[in-house]
Amino acid sequence: MSDDVIYETADEAGSYDTTEGKVFTVSGGDWDQVSGDEGIEQRVVVNMGPQHPSTHGVLRLILELDGETVTQARSGIGYLHTGIEKNMEFRTWTQGVTYVTRMDYLSPIFNETAYCLGVEKLLGITEQIPDRASVIRVMLMELNRIASHLVFLATGGMELGALTAMTFGFREREPVLDVLEAITGLRMNHAYIRPGGLAQDLPDGAEQMVADLLKLLRKRLPDTANLLVGNSIWMSRTEGVGYLDLTGCIALGMTGPVLRSTGYPWDLRKMQPYCGYEDYEFEVATQTTCDAYGRFLIRLEEMQQSMNIVEQCLDKLRPGPVMVEDKKIAWPAQLAIGSDGMGNSLEHIRHIMGQSMEALIHHFKLVTEGFRVPAGQAYVSIEAPRGELGVHVVSDGGTRPYRVHFRDPSFNNLQAVPAMSEGGQVADVVAAVASIDPVMGGVDR
Amino acid sequence: MTENSDVVPAGTETLDVLSSGQGAFGVDGTPDVSGYGGLVRTTHAAPAATRPYGGWYDDAVDTLAQALGDNFGPAVSKVVIAADQLTLEIEREHLLEVMAHLRDHPALRFEMCMGANGVHWPEDTGRELHVHYPMLSMTHNRRLSVEVTCPDDDPHIPSVVGIYPGNDWHERETFDFFGVIFDGHPGLTRIEMPDDWVGHPQRKDYPLGGIPVEYKGATIPPPDDRREYK
Repeated sequence: MSDDVIYETADEAGSYDTTEGKVFTVSGGDWDQVSGDEGIEQRVVVNMGPQHPSTHGVLRLILELDGETVTQARSGIGYLHTGIEKNMEFRTWTQGVTYVTRMDYLSPIFNETAYCLGVEKLLGITEQIPDRASVIRVMLMELNRIASHLVFLATGGMELGALTAMTFGFREREPVLDVLEAITGLRMNHAYIRPGGLAQDLPDGAEQMVADLLKLLRKRLPDTANLLVGNSIWMSRTEGVGYLDLTGCIALGMTGPVLRSTGYPWDLRKMQPYCGYEDYEFEVATQTTCDAYGRFLIRLEEMQQSMNIVEQCLDKLRPGPVMVEDKKIAWPAQLAIGSDGMGNSLEHIRHIMGQSMEALIHHFKLVTEGFRVPAGQAYVSIEAPRGELGVHVVSDGGTRPYRVHFRDPSFNNLQAVPAMSEGGQVADVVAAVASIDPVMGGVDR
Repeated sequence: MTENSDVVPAGTETLDVLSSGQGAFGVDGTPDVSGYGGLVRTTHAAPAATRPYGGWYDDAVDTLAQALGDNFGPAVSKVVIAADQLTLEIEREHLLEVMAHLRDHPALRFEMCMGANGVHWPEDTGRELHVHYPMLSMTHNRRLSVEVTCPDDDPHIPSVVGIYPGNDWHERETFDFFGVIFDGHPGLTRIEMPDDWVGHPQRKDYPLGGIPVEYKGATIPPPDDRREYK
């Protein structure tokens, strides 16, 4: 290709004058030929994303560069906004679970639990949730935390060029999702936690599956640790990178592993327990390095702690109901696997169709109309894999949420990208963003 | 305590009406054939809490009152305790002063503001737009909420970004979705919707949108247009 052709291509991309000087929009080519030899002062702004393999989904980073050094960084979001919160206002409280589970799609169980805790708070039934339901919620949340942290390892490793970490991470996550599928019916978007309890009890053999999974994970998880902990390439990519100290974290409202990497053991499971977390023994993982490497170590340790919690859940599981007794709230059906998949159990169908007109009416009313939640508002928060997941639930006394807002940790934490990456190199931006572990589904909702 | 809309306790007639609705079934503006067409349902604002509030709530409110001095009366319009959670309703003129005390007073120390969430109550005349700030004190391991309102025709609330920098994006989001203008925000632009979007989607007067879907000859209207329970 001759020089002329390149010049033409670059010229087609266009240039225009602004109050701050001439702006060139280029997507390739040789800079000298694009700008001509006017000797103008250069200010290079690079648009990274929203479609870029190292920006964790559809995050857009706008970087101002001086050579390889990032002088200014901004993040642009909104590419995955789907109006989930608005949609929920047109569905019943129970149906809302199906929406919230799709927000942060790597930690669906946390979204469901946070939402249900909020609804239960408004209903005033927090104390009536059966123990078994709470234990199963904790067990699934911790399994979900492991799966989520494994995706952090996988995608974070891949973005920094450690492709084996990716294959390891996704390999380990698969059996976790298999167990979640066996229990809830789906790998993701479970809609398993419901206001008042759970959609259904554990299926036969689930406890054994979880026990086997723990055995497998205990054997396999050290693989990733052995691969990366102390690895000189990994350390030079992550040590001292994405630095944010305690002052910065508090100012920016950072929570989760980023806050704990400053040495502050703030974990809502310990500080403001919910779902009976006060009854479990576990350590809060912290590091004092304030950097991406510290956050990586924290997540490795949290997976170990999560396995300990799941083990304790298995010990705590006692037979019992998984839904509140109040028949005005408890979903009437008992689900079962039939020849055509999951559905209402034949026994329940027989009861409402053949034996009790009242049961049929009750079932119909609760499923089509839903239950009413007393007017008021509540803010509840739980420790999600990425930090504080807060839910602000507002009811006007009707059968549908008046307003539900998720304070997603990824949304808040992404604000730290400029603080973490300005002054570093372009490659360090990738490490810094990976250490925040944002999930755009949760950011944009 | 917040009352259920079905049962109106004595004394609540003086409370602000947040919203009201009629009928039990169907689309607004069409005949209600359920037999409950005359049913009127009203949602009232939560009543002010009475002393003692219980727990640390009394101390916290007293400390704030002491810090604010003469401004406490005009600043704190109502103290609400609902679902065991303390909410301070603050007049917008005094928001920054209250927030500064909440953050800096040694006995309060609410280091973090966990966001700013809007709620639109079109029938709460003069206070249509509510903004709710969940606050967290890590020092004392406590939470409370601050609520500020502004009228629809003057949707201005001072920005708390100067006090809580982490509220930057949260305020942009609330501006984007509700049209609340946070005065003093360093760059109040849309964050989720495209820059050239018209309207503020989370407001109650903004339609959900959607088109009827036809399936095997039957047509199903979009969710906000269906005959459903209210």
